[in-house]
Amino acid sequence: MTEAQTVTVLFFAAARDAAGTAELLLPVSGAGTLAELQQRVLQQLAGLQRMQSMLLWAVNNQYAVPAMTIGPGDTVACFPPVSGG
Amino acid sequence: MIYLTDQPLDYTAITESVRDPVAGAVVLFLGTVREFTAGQQTEQLEYEAYGEMAEASLRQLAAEASTRFPIVKSAIVHRLGVLQLSDVAVAIAVSTPHRAEAFAAGQWLIDTLKQRVPIWKREHYTDGRVQWQHPSVVAGDSPGSSEVQRDD
Repeated sequence: MTEAQTVTVLFFAAARDAAGTAELLLPVSGAGTLAELQQRVLQQLAGLQRMQSMLLWAVNNQYAVPAMTIGPGDTVACFPPVSGG
Repeated sequence: MIYLTDQPLDYTAITESVRDPVAGAVVLFLGTVREFTAGQQTEQLEYEAYGEMAEASLRQLAAEASTRFPIVKSAIVHRLGVLQLSDVAVAIAVSTPHRAEAFAAGQWLIDTLKQRVPIWKREHYTDGRVQWQHPSVVAGDSPGSSEVQRDD
């Protein structure tokens, strides 16, 4: 499988701890929605489900809504509310 | 001047970077590691970032601030890694023609940074507990209540 057929999902802070991994490569056959990908991530990494409602999602370095279209080569990030400063 | 670093912040250099003959006011904000939050004693703080998005987000923040305030120059630097009490975690410097806008711009920048930029802090308490801090707010939304909200 080449990178072009996958979506990379990155996890940070408490989401990484709950996921048990910092990165997940998900095979995709074409364009889909972020919402569909979220369901796959949560099914695959059950540890994330307890914090599901607080998770924030970004696609290619921008905050994203569930209806956003994503496809092969995109980078998705999943993390809890930010606490910098 | 916008960047993330694991080195101590040179806030003199950061302040100097925004000085300009057009500006009559320079405001510097420093966020520092506080010992007590909601009755709990902190030993050290650990910061982590989604570096690529955080730097892009800081640049967007500076650009948006320039549309809201008459900013001559601005600088935002955030430190990552393990910080000790009183260490500087974030420095924001802004210059404007007059003082009122400099204070307002500095306030907006730190408030918005804390809501949007993907950086997280993990508290290491003196009793040995280690805990991620997650204000229960939605990104881009107004600040809300939190589990243990630090307002540093």
